[in-house]
Amino acid sequence: MKNFKFSKRGLLFFLMFVAVLALPFITDALLGRGWVRIVDFAMLYIMLALGLNIVVGYAGLLDLGYIAFFAVGAYCYALTGSPHLALAFPQLFPDGVHLSFWIVLPMAAMLAGGMGVLLGAPTLRLRGDYLAIVTLGFGEIIRIFMNNLNAPVNLTNGPQGISRIDPVRIAGVSLNTTQSVFGITLPSVHLYFYLFLGFAALVAFVSHRLEKSRIGRAWMAIREDEIAASAMGINTRNLKLLAFAMGAMFGGVSGTLFAGFQGFVSPESFSLMESVMVLCMVVLGGMGHIYGVILGGLMLALLPEMLRHSVVPLQQAMFGKVIIDPESLRMLLFGIALIVVMLYRPAGLWPSPVRRRELASDEAAERV
Amino acid sequence: MEIFLQQIINGLVQGSVYALVALGYTMVYGILGLINFAHGEVVMTGAMLALSALTALIGWGVSPLLALPVSLMLAMAGCMALGYGIERIAYRPLRHAPRLAPLITAIGVSIVLQNLAMMIWGREYHAFPQLIINRPHLIFGAIINDIQIIIVVMAIGLMAGLMVVVHRTRLGRAMRAVAENQHAAQLMGVDVNRVISITFMIGSALAAVAGLMVSANYGLAHYYMGFLLGLKAFTAAVLGGIGNLRGAMLGGLLLGLIESLGAGYIGDITGGFMGSQYQDVFAFLVLIAVLVFRPSGLLGERLAERA
Amino acid sequence: MSLLALSGIGKQFGGLHALSEVSLHIERGEIYGLIGPNGAGKTTLFNVITGLYQPNAGEFRFNGCSYQAAKPHVLAAAGIARTFQNIRLFANLTALENVMIGRHVRTQAGVFGALLRNKAVRLEERACRARAHELLRYVGIEKPSQTLAKNLSYGEQRRLEIARALATEPLLLALDEPAAGMNATETEALKALLQGIRKTGVTVLLIEHDVKLIMGLCDRVAVLDYGRKIAEGVPEQVRNNPAVIAAYLGADDE
Repeated sequence: MKNFKFSKRGLLFFLMFVAVLALPFITDALLGRGWVRIVDFAMLYIMLALGLNIVVGYAGLLDLGYIAFFAVGAYCYALTGSPHLALAFPQLFPDGVHLSFWIVLPMAAMLAGGMGVLLGAPTLRLRGDYLAIVTLGFGEIIRIFMNNLNAPVNLTNGPQGISRIDPVRIAGVSLNTTQSVFGITLPSVHLYFYLFLGFAALVAFVSHRLEKSRIGRAWMAIREDEIAASAMGINTRNLKLLAFAMGAMFGGVSGTLFAGFQGFVSPESFSLMESVMVLCMVVLGGMGHIYGVILGGLMLALLPEMLRHSVVPLQQAMFGKVIIDPESLRMLLFGIALIVVMLYRPAGLWPSPVRRRELASDEAAERV
Repeated sequence: MEIFLQQIINGLVQGSVYALVALGYTMVYGILGLINFAHGEVVMTGAMLALSALTALIGWGVSPLLALPVSLMLAMAGCMALGYGIERIAYRPLRHAPRLAPLITAIGVSIVLQNLAMMIWGREYHAFPQLIINRPHLIFGAIINDIQIIIVVMAIGLMAGLMVVVHRTRLGRAMRAVAENQHAAQLMGVDVNRVISITFMIGSALAAVAGLMVSANYGLAHYYMGFLLGLKAFTAAVLGGIGNLRGAMLGGLLLGLIESLGAGYIGDITGGFMGSQYQDVFAFLVLIAVLVFRPSGLLGERLAERA
Repeated sequence: MSLLALSGIGKQFGGLHALSEVSLHIERGEIYGLIGPNGAGKTTLFNVITGLYQPNAGEFRFNGCSYQAAKPHVLAAAGIARTFQNIRLFANLTALENVMIGRHVRTQAGVFGALLRNKAVRLEERACRARAHELLRYVGIEKPSQTLAKNLSYGEQRRLEIARALATEPLLLALDEPAAGMNATETEALKALLQGIRKTGVTVLLIEHDVKLIMGLCDRVAVLDYGRKIAEGVPEQVRNNPAVIAAYLGADDE
């Protein structure tokens, strides 16, 4: 009986695995290639949301400038994997710098993590609100630097951004080309999908292992009651710093992937609104619950496209013109979602099983 | 020397606006221990409301001398209602929730206000109508114009008024009592919820005035103006010692000076590598420096790290 | 040698002297009570002992080592565990997790251990879980260990705090008004629990309002008034001390 149960669950997982692997093909066939690209971005957002979940969901620290670490990763690869630096240092790098993606990736992760530590260190011994406001400011500062470090030495190329970034290569094969494996044709967007899927799975695995460990428990203790946590022997400052640095590292990794995928980065991609969107994914999905956060990431990454395909035609049909553009409607919905979820469903749409069970028992108790 | 003096004047004008906004942060923090992230957006809403009212009134041929106070009143009333609503909807239900919850709703409120403003007023910059002949005055080679004088005088007047309210009236005594110990104040018969609502409304009214001042000074208003302004005013409040009214005023003026002197001289300091486009970085550096070296701020008595 | 030796401890808040010149010794294996009228500085002293406040003056020796301005987590590692007057559990975590977090300071696994989950880490985790279950049974929490802490009854929450503190393997267990809000039966059970804990070799420090409990349980008692120690000794002695009687009578009219 027990064996049967296990195999049933195993079968479910296997079917889900196959479905996810087939996702780009299904999307391609049903909705077109453009949507595969959107799904790729959704994978990136899931990675970001899982990274932020470590900071917000586990350790209970509000990071409002999370996208800045994403930007650090992206600019790392943009500078070291493109012809751009030839503009700034023509003698030194006549063709720009073209480091392998796989070398830049760990460096970018370390750099983003290091910046996380630098930013967190002065604020983490204070109350959580300060971290929120400092990260908010940091996100803005990074943008100011990205926008202005094009003179006198052209480092970032200012608002125009850096283009012609090298694609990701695996064993010498560029992911920007169509490949065929065992007779199956895989366009570039499909290849990137599998790359991102792999990374997202890795981040989810790391999150899961941390959550169910001594470290994860210590984070959650800090989230619940910092004073009690330190009375239990938890070095709250170091553990908060660890959470913050790990979140920043995941942000850096996602940013590097983003730069390789997109082939172009500019300050516009790293606005406060992006930070808010990632936060919204975590809060809406369910803070501290990996599946919930994945759901939140997927939903909110696809939402803008859905809005674009529904709100615009709807308004045109009703009023003959577009009154509310889908972009600001999206942000408005995010804001409302943050408020409503915190007020009425603080555990998110998909809370963790323990909490769900408890919610159910609360309701049962109320009925009695 | 003229440049130095000019930067001082600019800094004082900008600083008085920061001070007014910082008061809003510090009052709410003093009473609830909460950073009202949405406060910057209240300033923006105040500026936009005042500007719309002004434009409309002047369009109807109302004299500018009447239009200005009327639209200021309208903006203040609007912002007071807004501040009241924000507290009721986004903060009051979460007063006993984990700390993270009101911070998240606060950021949600900011996003909502910003995007509503964008839908109502559009993405473009709105010009401030010319109301009075803005005469420039020369002081030792530096220029200060009428509007700037009005801003500084009004800011000082409002701050003095606020100090009187807080230290000389029954309401002020209730506010201080709630800030000291909410529970005890309640036992002594203070209507805590009412005091908190009034605090939000006073802060929002000041924000409306500050919003009008900023847009008059720069001649523009924009749906996104609240974000940076809020961030800087918060920095000013922290610099002065958050929760401390005098601290907010001092912090505001100081931050204005630091910023304008910094922007004026950054080119010389960095040998031309960085220019005044980095002006916004100073507030952030000040914030980090204060948090590292003196988290309780210049006039703060209470330790920022509380049990 | 005493387990905890405080001499000349002072603590000021602004101009207020919450504690002045407090000296006391807690011996190994005893149950030591701390009483005093409201506002006498009991909780302040308690917070100094557990590292939440840093004293402005005085010497702090624990288990043979001197500590200066030590943070709570350092003292927890040294062997001081506490409970809180107004219960501070990790409300949204399960009872089991609460106790397992108490094991934090006696376990080692770091980030890499968590990721690799090698044999040593798995064993440590299993031992930690087993010990947590054991402690839950020991303090008498019958509800499933997966119940969230906030859904336990009041008495259970108090006992869970004790289990969580015991998980840190303390030499000194410091309890801040553990009987507050308990009925007579619950208090009696608590008394038995504390006597049992003392038998395992753990020293107990107790702040209590319930003078009857203190007198029936403690080996020695200290009395604080206006931030000073006004009496110390066996319960019988202290009860008859005129200064103590005056302090309590004087405080009666509050």
